[in-house]
Amino acid sequence: MKLHCGLTAENLAAKFGLHEKGLDFEVVFVDWVAGESKTKAFLANFNPFGQVPVLEDGDLKLFESKAITRYLAEQYRDVGTDLLPNDPKERAIMSMWMEINTNQFHPFASTLIRELIIKPYQGLATDFTSVQESEMKLSEVLNIYEARLGEFPYLAGESFSLADLHHLPPIHYMLRMEEEGVKDLIYSRPNITAWVEKMKSRPAWLKTVVKGDHIFELTKQRRLPIQFDASCHELTSVAQTTTMVTGNN
Amino acid sequence: MAGIKVFGHPASAPTMRVLLALHEKNLDFEFVHVDLMGGEHKKEAFLARNPFGQVPAFEDGDLKLFESRAITQYIAHRYEGQGTNLLPADSKNIAQYSIMAIGMQVEAHQFEPVASKLVSEQVFKLKKGLTTDQAVVAEEEAKLAKVLDVYEARLKEFKYLAGDTFTLTDLHHIPTIKYLLGTPTKKLFTERPRVSEWVAEITKRPASQKILQ
Repeated sequence: MKLHCGLTAENLAAKFGLHEKGLDFEVVFVDWVAGESKTKAFLANFNPFGQVPVLEDGDLKLFESKAITRYLAEQYRDVGTDLLPNDPKERAIMSMWMEINTNQFHPFASTLIRELIIKPYQGLATDFTSVQESEMKLSEVLNIYEARLGEFPYLAGESFSLADLHHLPPIHYMLRMEEEGVKDLIYSRPNITAWVEKMKSRPAWLKTVVKGDHIFELTKQRRLPIQFDASCHELTSVAQTTTMVTGNN
Repeated sequence: MAGIKVFGHPASAPTMRVLLALHEKNLDFEFVHVDLMGGEHKKEAFLARNPFGQVPAFEDGDLKLFESRAITQYIAHRYEGQGTNLLPADSKNIAQYSIMAIGMQVEAHQFEPVASKLVSEQVFKLKKGLTTDQAVVAEEEAKLAKVLDVYEARLKEFKYLAGDTFTLTDLHHIPTIKYLLGTPTKKLFTERPRVSEWVAEITKRPASQKILQ
């Protein structure tokens, strides 16, 4: 089995699923910043939308992290952790929390990750207005999670499932951010904190992050802009205009 | 069967997804109209059904759900033997199921965010007396064109998005496509031959006709 992957939360989710199942797999790093996932070969052979992760299992190629983990949960039902509830009603609730992750949680969590981790990694400027808006909206969403996790230990009920699995990677990135407000979204909520701490101690998660945190090292290395960002140009042209108007030189 | 209730609004695309699945399965259900204009979806009684304050919400006996794509998946599995099969032909074939799952993720991540912005600009804003922002329309149409190019290539190989039979993946697209066919964005569908055929197929289905008035 091969996992073509990058550094985002979706890639960690796929790895997490593989480790929960105790499966051996080869990692093929795809440098999306360098455009490696947008080459004609990648689009034709792996994912026409030019994104990672992509799982190869024999002849089967799958993309979209939630399709990948669903495949692993079904195909390897008998090995490792059971990631799908047996009861059909509980399984429907799990599906619901996967959708909640996609539609309610992910839009704001991914904005935070893009603004506070990915853009610095690319040498681009953070939009702090966008960060504040996302924090506020995510706070409302997390109130609902807090209530849910007060009723049950995991999102689908009594046991860890795919629904919980897909939340840990983005939360892991959120907790590594320098913005106190972001970490506070989690730590100010005791039920969510307890849920996160339980998941972080899972052996499969420890295997997932042992090499996965190098994005933060790479971010530090890439702090020098690899291209001029918009603010540099704006300051230059404002300075020139001011000089011309006031006659200063 | 008697215990199915849908709490929603007939103009809401997510509500329509659920209604499509129920009609495809010939299931009896009670439709409870939620007064969106009056803000009913943000009031306590509805929030008890969906704390995120969005339609639809759903009940089948003592099971309560929300999120349209979770509801349709539940219906497809729970009523697998009835009406139209909304899962792949060999539903026990995990690889086939996973390919359908990819299509469902693509609809949710690649198609819907862009398509719904186009519906919002060209349909819902007008209903509220606001004007369409043509710059947004142009930007989003460019993104949708790229997605539909991928669909065109896919549909050259298969009759439907997940294979040779109609599945949830196709169904999830229908309500938003219905809205876009009433806007200039329709051209993006009609100028791609296989996409155009697929759109005609999925919108002419009896279940689609029931909700696409």
